[in-house]
Amino acid sequence: MPSPPDLKYTKEHEWVRMEGDTGTVGITDYAQDQLGDIVFVDLPSAGTTVSQMQKFGEIESVKAVSELFSPVSGEVSEVNTALADQPELVNDSPYGEGWMLRIRLSEPAEIDQLLTAQEYDEFTAQEDS
Amino acid sequence: MSLEDARAGTLRHTPLIDEHRRLGARMVPFAGWAMPVQYAGIVEEHRAVRQRSGMFDVSHMGRFEVHGPEAARFLRYISTWDMTRLATGEGHYSAVCREDGGILDDIYVFRLEADRYLVVVNASNAEKMRKWMERHVSAFNARLVDRHASTVMIAVQGPQSLELLAGVIGRDFVAALKPRRCGETEWRGRTLFASRTGYTGEDGLELVIDAGAAPDVWQALLDAGVQPCGLGARDTLRLEAALLLYGNDMDEDTNPLEVGLDWVVTTDDGADFLGRDALVHVKEAGSSRQLVCLKAADRGIMRPGCPILSSGREAGKVTSGGYSPTLSVSIGMGFVPEEFGTEGTQLTVDVRGKPLDVQVVPRPFYKRPKRA
Repeated sequence: MPSPPDLKYTKEHEWVRMEGDTGTVGITDYAQDQLGDIVFVDLPSAGTTVSQMQKFGEIESVKAVSELFSPVSGEVSEVNTALADQPELVNDSPYGEGWMLRIRLSEPAEIDQLLTAQEYDEFTAQEDS
Repeated sequence: MSLEDARAGTLRHTPLIDEHRRLGARMVPFAGWAMPVQYAGIVEEHRAVRQRSGMFDVSHMGRFEVHGPEAARFLRYISTWDMTRLATGEGHYSAVCREDGGILDDIYVFRLEADRYLVVVNASNAEKMRKWMERHVSAFNARLVDRHASTVMIAVQGPQSLELLAGVIGRDFVAALKPRRCGETEWRGRTLFASRTGYTGEDGLELVIDAGAAPDVWQALLDAGVQPCGLGARDTLRLEAALLLYGNDMDEDTNPLEVGLDWVVTTDDGADFLGRDALVHVKEAGSSRQLVCLKAADRGIMRPGCPILSSGREAGKVTSGGYSPTLSVSIGMGFVPEEFGTEGTQLTVDVRGKPLDVQVVPRPFYKRPKRA
């Protein structure tokens, strides 16, 4: 299935959805499928400063732990606290209820460095081949 | 995030590789083999085994037959458990040790006939064990027959497994297999070995049959309603049952006594076996460390290699760790000094810099409920 066209993506499999100066961040459907059953998501608290392509947290599946990288720089304005009790939301709804952070961007121009949906899908197709 | 590249390149294939691909399995390299890590998902497969019945292609595990009048004496010599006690149709677990007591492998031995045995070894140790056995068998009137490539091995595990297997391989044959017993029957013109053993903490059988029959057996089990399960669920299931994994919980620098395998070290028969003197010494002197079961008190997941701390000081390392689908919390095993081994002891696991409170708990984490 093609990735949602209104989002921007990283090669580390995160997405960001822009609304005004705030970006909502999560991981892609491809990533959650590769990870399998997600059992724990370790996220920073609101107020934390994050930088583009720097680690902001960890995600644990039954299989393994993976690092999460921020697609954009800024301050975390909101954290999806539902993931504490229901980490499986990332599997069930990676672009919806499984979102992770809202970030108030400090460098909005960074968005242009991210992949479009089409570029991201081409990238994952290569990874699979 | 970074995704582990888990692609199968120049790896050995089991006779069931096409079946795995057809079922959409995710394949990973494991001990030189391309193996299915999951089909529907680890948690779903884990639950299928705990509640119903699941099957695992375990053909990557090494299989050797030992034939000859001194087969039992040879097996006694390389095993820490006294294999001369096995009656025909019985099986037993054992360690194989070096002279210094270090564990070369953990194995299962079955006596098929008076002078014929089946030895099942870990995939990761298959080559090493073949060489080790070849080296020592020459002193006995016995010979080794490598059955690794010519056969397939399938473990069928879970509370409904015996009932489903009865329909596939024969009701009377399955009914006669008591725990840890084994036998051979005929299935569609071929010899089928089955043993009432496994690595999940559930009841079930492990089957060995000619490689040529592999797709047919697999399909017959699928048709009977057995769920295909991968190595991912096999690991979470064995960890809940606190069954050891070679390479994680033991290796050549570990002796059987410190990992709780004292029950497979028999010295009272007086017979000589490889590692005997070293193990008798450890038995007398005691172990400096022991493998304990750890259960997390909070969110966070311990993984192999995480340091175990007591009052801020490193006391040991996690050897196996992960998430328990049955307990919905992280569980693990690890080595600690004897004084921290008491049940109820509070320790901390350092999960990549974050402290996770854990408690030493009784072994195993999960015991199957008694069924009428």
